[in-house]
Amino acid sequence: MPDVNSLVNEFLIKLKKRKIEGSKATAKLTAELLRSFISQKRLPHTNQAGALIDAVKAVGEELIDANPVELAVGNIVRRVLHIIREEDLSLTTAAVGGLSLSAESDNEDDVDQGDHPALSAAAVAAAARSTLRPPSLQTLLEDMPHSTAVPQPSSSGGDSEGKSKSADKNSMTRKLKHNVIEAVNELIQDISTCHELIAEQAVEHIHQNEVILTLGSSRTVTEFLCAAKEKKRSFRVFVAEGAPRYQGHALAKELAARGLQTTVITDSAVFAMISRVNMVIVGAHAVMANGGVIAPVGLNMVALAAQRHAVPFVVLAWGSQVLPCYVVLLCNQAELTISIEKMLAYGNILCPLYPHNPEVLLNELKSPSELLDFGEFSDCLDFGCGSGSPLLHVVNPAFDYVPPNLVSLFITDTGGHNPSYMYRLLADYYSADDLVVRRRSTS
Amino acid sequence: MDARRVPRNVTDPKVRQVGFFAPVAPLDGSPSGPLRPTTPSPPVSGNSLSPVMIPLPRHLSSDNAPLSPLTGRRRRLLPPRGADKAAVKQNTHSASGLTPGVTDGGPPSEVQKEQAPVSSLPLKEKTTKAERRALQEAQRAAKASATADGSKKSVGASAVVTSANANPKKVAKAPPPQKKDSSSVAASEKRGGDRQTDKDRKKDVPHPRMQFDDEDRVEKAKKRSVVKQTEARYRVELFRHLPQYEHGTRLADLESKFFQLDPVHPAVYKVGLRFLTGDISGGNARCIAMLQAFQESIKDYSTRRDKTLIEKWDLPAKINGYVSFLIECRPLSISMGNAIRFLKTQIAELPLTMSESEAKASLLSDIDRFINEKIILADKVIVGHAVTKIRDGDVLLTYGSSSVVEMIFLCAHELGKQFRVVIVDSRPKFEGRMLLRRLVGKGVSCTYTHINAISYIMHEVTRVFLGASSVLSNGTVYSRVGTASVAMVAHQFHVPVLVCCEAYKFHKRVQLDSICFNELGDPDAIARVSGKEDINYLDDWTSSENLQLLNLTYDATPSDYTSMIITEYGMIPPTSVPVIVQEYGGEHLWI
Repeated sequence: MPDVNSLVNEFLIKLKKRKIEGSKATAKLTAELLRSFISQKRLPHTNQAGALIDAVKAVGEELIDANPVELAVGNIVRRVLHIIREEDLSLTTAAVGGLSLSAESDNEDDVDQGDHPALSAAAVAAAARSTLRPPSLQTLLEDMPHSTAVPQPSSSGGDSEGKSKSADKNSMTRKLKHNVIEAVNELIQDISTCHELIAEQAVEHIHQNEVILTLGSSRTVTEFLCAAKEKKRSFRVFVAEGAPRYQGHALAKELAARGLQTTVITDSAVFAMISRVNMVIVGAHAVMANGGVIAPVGLNMVALAAQRHAVPFVVLAWGSQVLPCYVVLLCNQAELTISIEKMLAYGNILCPLYPHNPEVLLNELKSPSELLDFGEFSDCLDFGCGSGSPLLHVVNPAFDYVPPNLVSLFITDTGGHNPSYMYRLLADYYSADDLVVRRRSTS
Repeated sequence: MDARRVPRNVTDPKVRQVGFFAPVAPLDGSPSGPLRPTTPSPPVSGNSLSPVMIPLPRHLSSDNAPLSPLTGRRRRLLPPRGADKAAVKQNTHSASGLTPGVTDGGPPSEVQKEQAPVSSLPLKEKTTKAERRALQEAQRAAKASATADGSKKSVGASAVVTSANANPKKVAKAPPPQKKDSSSVAASEKRGGDRQTDKDRKKDVPHPRMQFDDEDRVEKAKKRSVVKQTEARYRVELFRHLPQYEHGTRLADLESKFFQLDPVHPAVYKVGLRFLTGDISGGNARCIAMLQAFQESIKDYSTRRDKTLIEKWDLPAKINGYVSFLIECRPLSISMGNAIRFLKTQIAELPLTMSESEAKASLLSDIDRFINEKIILADKVIVGHAVTKIRDGDVLLTYGSSSVVEMIFLCAHELGKQFRVVIVDSRPKFEGRMLLRRLVGKGVSCTYTHINAISYIMHEVTRVFLGASSVLSNGTVYSRVGTASVAMVAHQFHVPVLVCCEAYKFHKRVQLDSICFNELGDPDAIARVSGKEDINYLDDWTSSENLQLLNLTYDATPSDYTSMIITEYGMIPPTSVPVIVQEYGGEHLWI
């Protein structure tokens, strides 16, 4: 136990000091941390899943607080919670199924009579599952009679767990933890291989002699471009350097080393060059449910320029990086059963993320020293100790918000998607109950 | 002496448009009138001219008649003025202007008096005149075959015009009084003009620029060039039409040649070097520096003794040499091109009879006047206009560093307006830092950020003030690279974009994108990030043949992003730029 806590603390400090950069690295580290946390967590005999969920939530809360802007942390926490729920559910259904196979297999007609004591657990499980499963005609049909049952799956789910666990303890006590860890391992695997899945699609989008523009640097973009290159496509890349971090330099060097014709341009020259560009391909920091993108600073400008010249603006994003749930508020989707009122009822702090101007609220201001030498302007900068209002402010935001109407296409590890479709992916990745991780802190 | 007449007999046919385009004269008078304390309002008589004046038959032979007496008279006039030469430039200028009796809007009556006796003067110097005639013919033939140098000179009618005009200097405003005093002269001139207009219009079309992917021409240019330039090894494919040179080598090369470069005047040389190092940058600063260098060189100029008559007056050739030297140091800005065109016109229009010293004095004062009226006073007027657009509580955004915009901010600050300035800067020049330093020093509250954060900061901005290197006649604003992005984001956020630009920077050219014409800066400036030694991925960029660095200097902002252009002629929408170019742009308004 102590070593887990120290691990968590170490990670928290790293997050707070912004030592971990890049959504992918953060995601991976978070997942690994949670895995070791879960594996060392001692679980009670009853209501294992509930205990686990609470424990993970508590840690997740701390992690999110450490760096609220690094949305990948929260997303991974939600993913893990979702995994726990799913595993628990499958165990429950398996157990229930074992007890009453016939009821499970043909209970489509019976579920609306959920009061039946023998079937209640299965019925609730099925209902809960239906919210998680990607919609099919069957689930849609199932959904209709359940409209009342769906909104509170967490409470009923908890009850069901309690009931089912009391029924058969031994088979599941070890199994749940094992399964969850397996699934988290899979998630980690996914995170490290998602590039490849995205890069595989490169050939479909890049063809001979194209001119592609990108800004800053992103592992995914690098892999994507190189994958196209490996398939014998020859094309040229303009790399905007991405002030104030100039990651574009490193990207350009790598691309050139891999044999791509690369030209580095200044960020200011993006508008000048975009008229000769066939496609803009960029990475994202996070994708919102409405299809908006939180991206490295400067991308909104690029997206506007691309729109002006009718150049496709393509965002590469991988599943878990994407989709911070709170912006679900935008879509206000019924199947996610969460509404603004509910969020407000929780007094959720995430509500300020309501995106009337997300770039301000979801942003992070970096050190002015990236822009100006302190020495040079030390007499006019405000160091927090001077009296009176300083004459000089330096603004150095880290992220831009690109509204969905400027994005032409998302390429994710599950294929290409329209911005308007992004909210749909939420159902695949997250459980509606976990959207608000911080419930406890506010209540 | 006579040789000098040769260039000037190529007279501006545009002049004659004055009669047809009545608004020109008053337009010129009204806005710039208050600007010039030295000059009384220009003759408004141009307005009353009707284009329907009956053209008299033009006889070339009889044309000669007025010419020679006039020159005779002028020669007689010259000595006293030559004696005066020590007087103040302004004085000399107005005197020289007066002789033709037109430029400075001297009372028409005076002109009449002056010219009336002229025509009645007996013919003198028949022999010289004949000689001159022959010379002119030869020259004309030569000129006609060669392409004009970009200014709207028409050669065909030049002889007629010159002879009829009899006061080639300041032809610009010559017609009105002339038409008044002698209809025959006016009429003949008019006819010349009539004939010329169409041709002339065609000539107005700007020349295609030198394209550096045209190998023949590049070879030719290389032979002429003073500076040895090594071409960049890895050129950006898209910009092969622009000169791409190795930057490091030129300065050393030039410095070593300091004492060998005979054809280049030291003052010009100095300015050239400072252009090269980036010591002087900014449209106005460069233009003024160049003109002042030309002034120096004109002061030191003397006609050559060892040449024949025609070749004696080689000032235009010299200036051309200087200009090409400057181009080799750094491509000219459009505003500098305009200034050079102005200077060339002035040289071409010098009266043949003027003594060398007078001609020089006149040129010097012309240049002075250009700097004062077109740049310094124009800036003041622009500041006056723009300050009215700043209200208390405004947040003003500017990009890079523009001298006019800086003046506007300082002026508004002095007026006690409460506002905040957002300075957006970009790599690699970081010109905004200088501006920031100066504004903060003056006590203006500033916010500093880089261009990527433009969408972040634009929320709080209420006005965007931008400078421009040039405004093209389709309304495109050609300015420091990044301006277009700033204007675009401002447009997206519905923030008004005000472009401040002196009218001498307007140009007839049109451009749709930033690629067809641009200037390429030193690519090494991109590889190095000042103050960040840890970013050194591109240090050895030349070793990879797949990697190029592109350092664009300008970009073209589409006209729909511009809400308003503030010039000394007032605040205009971008759609009015061609009007300004047409009505105010020709040389006839330079004076």
